Amino acid sequence: MSGLALQNVVKEFGSFRAVNNVDLNVPHGTFVCMLGPSGCGKTTLLRMIAGLDLPTGGAIRLDGDDITHVPTHKRNLGMVFQSLALFPHLTVGENIAYPLRIRGAAKEDQKKRVDELLSMIHLTGYADRPVAKLSGGQRQRVAIARALAISPKLFLLDEPLSALDAKLREAMQVELRQLQQKLGITTIVVTHDQREAMTMADTVVVMNGGEIRQAASPIEIYRRPADSFVADFIGQTNLLEVQADSAGRVEVLGQPIAGLALPAGSSKGTLSVRPEDVHLTAPGAGSLSGKVTFVRDLGGTIETFVDIAGRQIVAVSTPRARPDVTVGQEVGIALTPDVCVVLKK
Amino acid sequence: MRREPPQTLGDYAPLLFPAAMLTIFFVVPFGTMIAVSFFQRQQGGFYTPAFVFDNYARFLSAFFGGVLGFSLLLAITVAICCVVLALPFTYMLTRMGRKVQVVWLVALLSILSLSEVIIGFAWSTLFSRTAGITNILVALGIMSEAKALTPSFGAVLTGMVYQAFPYTVLVLFPALVRLDPTLTEAARTLGASPLKAFFTVVVPALRNTITATLIMVFIFALGSYLLPQLLGRPQHWTLSVLITDQAIYQSNMPFAAAMAVFLVLVTLGLVALTVIAGRKGEAA
Repeated sequence: MSGLALQNVVKEFGSFRAVNNVDLNVPHGTFVCMLGPSGCGKTTLLRMIAGLDLPTGGAIRLDGDDITHVPTHKRNLGMVFQSLALFPHLTVGENIAYPLRIRGAAKEDQKKRVDELLSMIHLTGYADRPVAKLSGGQRQRVAIARALAISPKLFLLDEPLSALDAKLREAMQVELRQLQQKLGITTIVVTHDQREAMTMADTVVVMNGGEIRQAASPIEIYRRPADSFVADFIGQTNLLEVQADSAGRVEVLGQPIAGLALPAGSSKGTLSVRPEDVHLTAPGAGSLSGKVTFVRDLGGTIETFVDIAGRQIVAVSTPRARPDVTVGQEVGIALTPDVCVVLKK
Repeated sequence: MRREPPQTLGDYAPLLFPAAMLTIFFVVPFGTMIAVSFFQRQQGGFYTPAFVFDNYARFLSAFFGGVLGFSLLLAITVAICCVVLALPFTYMLTRMGRKVQVVWLVALLSILSLSEVIIGFAWSTLFSRTAGITNILVALGIMSEAKALTPSFGAVLTGMVYQAFPYTVLVLFPALVRLDPTLTEAARTLGASPLKAFFTVVVPALRNTITATLIMVFIFALGSYLLPQLLGRPQHWTLSVLITDQAIYQSNMPFAAAMAVFLVLVTLGLVALTVIAGRKGEAA
């Protein structure tokens, strides 16, 4: 198989299992974002793919070859570190040429490739500058160019944009995605920023507690989360307990809602509904009713907090569809089955 | 924290005490020594104030020149040996666990607490024919009979490297701890074997520290006085030994002073050359 395959990969530090039986296929040329809270094992997994940490179990295959125990420097990959790890004693050009120099490339070939890469990252003419004289965004680009200098099979990035300010980060996300699509290189990015993952990835891998909770396209992760952790971690959501009543209908906060089905073989579950899918109606007209406790008008969107039997539900609407509500008012809430996902408890 | 530059004379007050101490205990004695180096020696007596170059002229003989050359060569060799041994050692030490580091650093500090005399006698025993390490080699069947390894140049070098090694490690340690470990990891992901990463990233990134350490060990070794006498033959004696000999046993203060001044000048010259060479390398 062409691409990267992780098979039952396990990493233990003493008695602590940082990565637990991870299986993942990354087809050639895809962009994968590994997303999760800190300590979920995503960085450890990336380091094992790079060979900087050795797995305690399982196998890692690249284009069909077992590379589990191949030393890092023989894997021919490119990696961008969170700290960028640019060599302070070398200039921009020398940094980018480093992987070529190490492989004994001829001087003129090195120079040609460095010029190519510098123009790719829009830093033509910067070859002789010391890295200390660059701005954060420029250093970021140099680190990317250095990692891509040998046209590696695998491009790994560990929280690459976390040191940049918000505006630059958003711009770099788009740039990185466009670059990856142009080069068609298999790319794995570790991040804790879900906007970053949604912007760049073909496949988002959500991890928690050393395990993969869901691996799917960004929109599927958002629309069809596999469990309540994923639903809660990606974007904002309302999580409500649901159960079957005596007649077998699904009840949300004591109100039966038609068209919902519980996971097979269980009588309880958790319902996830995104705030933008919650519609406010006149009192009594919706499937649930409650009282408005707070209205947050952010200009671009309006969030309405509604209290239903002690549970808080957030509804988001645009100014155009502005709900005419005030704090303390009774409202109805319309829940349609097609926007609700019932998850395993 | 940013500090204001001193505005008035009063702002320099905190400097007064150290400046006074330096003047009284360093500048004045050194000045006296320079003055004495130009004095006229009285045969069988002490010296009378004068301004003659006899002492310097005498120093420029082949014998003393040879001793100076040997002293510098020995100090340079010790400095290079120490850094070559200590750099990989300290690098690996910084990659180890906290507990291991503490054990090693305590052991190294305890070497520092040993006096030069103890180190000298310990090594002369270890290198002796009757009780030395060659007996172990004989017992292991590697050597046919035990032999004395001292006095010799190797013995002097070993003793001095042993003495200077802890200093070298302690000077290199902070710089190596601060070195970002992802630099070597990055080098490895870019295709460098761990050994290549060490030589293409760790060593160049620490060039200034290495230069400073070389200079420090060099100067430290240049002042060595006891170990060459305990572990070496007379031809392995350093200029410090001759200076002491002239000053104390030959009562020739002016000549001893002249040699000391000359040693200081040559040392400063070499240090300056090293620093300039380092700067040039940086600019290139």
